[in-house]
Amino acid sequence: MSASIEIPCDITPHPVTGMYNGKFGVWLFLASEVMLFGALFSSYILLRVGAPEAGPLAWPDYRTNHLNVPLATVNTMVLILSSVTVVFAWYYLQLHKFAAARACLLATIGLALVFMVIKYFEYSHKFHDGLYPSTHNFYAVYFTLTGLHGLHVLGGIIVFAYLVGPGAAMWKYNPAKFTNRIECAGLYWHFVDLVWIFLFPSIYLL
Amino acid sequence: MSLKAFHIVFVITAAVFGLGLGAWAVREYRADGSTASLIIAIGAFAGTAILIPYGVWFLRKLRHVSYV
Repeated sequence: MSASIEIPCDITPHPVTGMYNGKFGVWLFLASEVMLFGALFSSYILLRVGAPEAGPLAWPDYRTNHLNVPLATVNTMVLILSSVTVVFAWYYLQLHKFAAARACLLATIGLALVFMVIKYFEYSHKFHDGLYPSTHNFYAVYFTLTGLHGLHVLGGIIVFAYLVGPGAAMWKYNPAKFTNRIECAGLYWHFVDLVWIFLFPSIYLL
Repeated sequence: MSLKAFHIVFVITAAVFGLGLGAWAVREYRADGSTASLIIAIGAFAGTAILIPYGVWFLRKLRHVSYV
């Protein structure tokens, strides 16, 4: 004899929130992420505004901070493209085109890996030049914000790898729930990309 | 908010960012005449020029999908 527990509103919208529970949970999580990145951005603004005008502690601008704007621009385009591929993975699942959705998810993983490889080269160049978080407040902010963002990208890669790999088995017995999982992962991924779109001009261009 | 709605917000933000990056790169190109700045400017404006019609096309393609 087998018993199964039915979880309410894991596919259908909850009458109070208007969305299924998983999506509501992801939005709550993203709200906490906004607070996390918001606190770090606030710290960046305060450190920058409080830095002296001249001397070794002066805040470097984009001409003197040793950051590679062309590489970061390529990374921005890579992340924007990955958002397009993930939203189409979700769209194809709604059309019951699993193979196309899987291809889109693999493309998303590939683009995320390209982002990480470029980030690796950026970091290697900084370390080679002797630039560490302890070098200056600017590099502390740079490594903290981009490092935390990179960890989020890594988290996204792990989630998408699971959904393309062992997690894809759910498509066979519960396609609606699997589609919702891709939507939740896609919401997270869009947030990560959106953070980068704010982070890039703040750190690299200003 | 569904992924569709969030994607629209994302595309609009990315388009605005592209315009800003393009303007920044044009200013840099005028200041120092570097080829990298010119390439970034062209790439940013081209990206924005692609994103706007893409957003309209996306809205039409997913018109049956909920915003919630």
